Amino acid sequence: MQKIEEFGARRGEVPPNYLTASRGWRSWIFTLDHKRIGVMYLWSVLAAFLLGGIFAMLVRLELLSPGKTLMEADQYNRAFTLHGAIMIFLFIIPAIPASLGNFALPIMLGAKDVAFPRLNLASYWIYVIGASMALASMFFGGVDTGWTFYTPYSTATTGPVSLLTLAAFVLGFSSIFTGINFIATIHKLRAPGMSWFKMPLFAWALYATSIIQILATPVLGITLLLIVMERAFRVGIFDPALGGDPVLFQHFFWFYSHPAVYIMILPAMGIISEVIPAFSRKTIFGYKAIAYSSVAIAFISFLVWGHHMFTSGQSPLASAVFSFLTFLVAIPSAIKVFNWVATMYRGSIDLKAPMLYGIMFLLLFAIGGLTGLFLGALSVDVHLHDTYFVVAHFHFVMMGGVTIAFLAGLHYWWPKMFGRLYSEKWARVAALLIFVGFNVTFLPQFLMGSRGMPRRYYNYVAEFQPLHTVSTIGSWILAVGLFLVAAYLLASLRKAPDAPANPWDARGLEWTTPSPPPVHNFDTTPVVTRGPYDYRPQEVVA
Amino acid sequence: MSEATNSQLADQVHPPYLQHHFAEPVQQFEAAKIGMWLFLVTEILLFGGLFVGFAVMHSRYPEAFASAHHHLDRALGALNTVVLLVSSFTMALAVAAARAGKRRALIGCLVLTLTLAGVFLVVKYFEYSHKFHEGLLPGRFYSYKGPSVPGEFMFFSFYFLMTGLHALHVLAGMTAISWLIWRARRGDFSAQYYNPVDLVGLYWHLVDMIWIYLFPLLYLIR
Repeated sequence: MQKIEEFGARRGEVPPNYLTASRGWRSWIFTLDHKRIGVMYLWSVLAAFLLGGIFAMLVRLELLSPGKTLMEADQYNRAFTLHGAIMIFLFIIPAIPASLGNFALPIMLGAKDVAFPRLNLASYWIYVIGASMALASMFFGGVDTGWTFYTPYSTATTGPVSLLTLAAFVLGFSSIFTGINFIATIHKLRAPGMSWFKMPLFAWALYATSIIQILATPVLGITLLLIVMERAFRVGIFDPALGGDPVLFQHFFWFYSHPAVYIMILPAMGIISEVIPAFSRKTIFGYKAIAYSSVAIAFISFLVWGHHMFTSGQSPLASAVFSFLTFLVAIPSAIKVFNWVATMYRGSIDLKAPMLYGIMFLLLFAIGGLTGLFLGALSVDVHLHDTYFVVAHFHFVMMGGVTIAFLAGLHYWWPKMFGRLYSEKWARVAALLIFVGFNVTFLPQFLMGSRGMPRRYYNYVAEFQPLHTVSTIGSWILAVGLFLVAAYLLASLRKAPDAPANPWDARGLEWTTPSPPPVHNFDTTPVVTRGPYDYRPQEVVA
Repeated sequence: MSEATNSQLADQVHPPYLQHHFAEPVQQFEAAKIGMWLFLVTEILLFGGLFVGFAVMHSRYPEAFASAHHHLDRALGALNTVVLLVSSFTMALAVAAARAGKRRALIGCLVLTLTLAGVFLVVKYFEYSHKFHEGLLPGRFYSYKGPSVPGEFMFFSFYFLMTGLHALHVLAGMTAISWLIWRARRGDFSAQYYNPVDLVGLYWHLVDMIWIYLFPLLYLIR
């Protein structure tokens, strides 16, 4: 274990790190340092998470009882649209790659920065512009289409739909720029000795993510532009009244938006691949299988979009093919889960906060993934389509999977980012609250969905009230847990820096440099001789 | 060692055009090329959505599409195709001049490319104003009075979306080429460093290539 640096003993003697090297707001908003950009992204996506979470709480509160509880039906429609749009476009898509990935990836590769630092900064400010546009749409009356913008409703309804779709279009550029940056960085900036198979699996995951970002996002871009054109000029492509085809919109939309869920989950899986070996004190099981399965998921993700249209009048043959391809996704996903579990087997498991979230991910993602198979099965989907079963499945994967993994990563790299250790005791309490709250919120939704409760409805029949009430109460527990996380993490920033370079005794390159790292990440360029998960005792190897 | 000698030393190892996080110019050049190619992929997919939409609607309204394309002027379309092809050639010459370190030839070729791009847009302007005059417009603005097949407006929706998006890319390319001319006059480029010329060249060839597909698709279909 490395000696803890004596931070703060005498301020003048502490070598400057990336947080203290320069001061003033200009040194932040014009920074080209990937670490600072990652930190700015982190605060931004957390703010988006808070806002999206507030709308989630409002939606759940409205559903506490049938009929009007809190707001009118049209306000409810706007609330769930904003919840979805903010969580998807402002939080989950950039959450892991643009914040944690931006911070950690170059250090994990032993690089000084990403390949295109200016493009990286542009990506952040484009994100800010897109986010401002999305928020502005809230003040111009709000949008009630749902985050999917289905035509012909989205081209006929009033409200600032064009503004919100343009916001998503702009945010797409930010996502593409991050993807381009990561691929070029991984290809060209790895430290000497770091071959492809000595790369951390988080880098593999981000590579696969970037491929999807680059190939799928432009198609969403043109689709959203077509909605704007449809609203402005009535071009007729998606409008059945003019001879257009609204299902064509669904095809275009899901050609992006299904791969997009892998933009969200792949980096989450990358974090889990880092955390599980570090806290099991074991080499990861099946390194190559995990690496290749990320690429496999990226590839298959482009061939499954039709499973969103099983009930939209798609031909039975197309539906059968899409259903089969959808089942294929389960194979690389299961390969990963089995490998993580095998890594833990006979490991020396240390239940620190990141690992708690890692295990939570395994449990919740398994449920989320398996219920996806129900929805991929043609006959079952006819019954479950557009019900709360879909809502529950999606939240198990996106909240139980991605957000929990984001929390795992946040707790894992927090000491590296800010040089502070947080309270493990409170972290455990919060993790328990989040786990209980999450399950109380979303398990009842599986039951409701299988009994026919449709998604997005403002009102419901009385028999669903008990389950809706339980779900709403669960959302309160979940919220308390998340606020607790915010509280102890922010509290840790108020004390003097106390994190050693390697608080977890983990093996990645990012743990060989001080916490927080110096501006250029490493004093001398590291040379890699060992794999990223070599948890054999150091002396034996040396 | 004093500050000055330090920075002189750094200049020898690290030429001014080399960004700090790259070890050597080759690495920087290759990274930039990867980035540009990936960007071009996103451009193709952006247009790809429109091509797919065109194919779907064409298969649904074949008569309307076949009839509508007679309103386009093949001669002007062909002229513009030639103009863009030649501009791609002059762009390629510009890259070759840059690689050889010939500054005057580089600036000359870039100016020629910029001029040809301008000619393309002028021709496009005349084509557009003719359509506007006839009322051959997308969607709700379609007001053509002559004989027509129902659904022709859909063809013009795609015609204006596709050529309009392409024209925006021509404008973006012209901006980039002007920036290159400005930098070339300032003397930024040399046989050792001409990355931006090479990258803008790639982009310009893509803009040309998209038109190579648009021309037969819109002007020559049956």
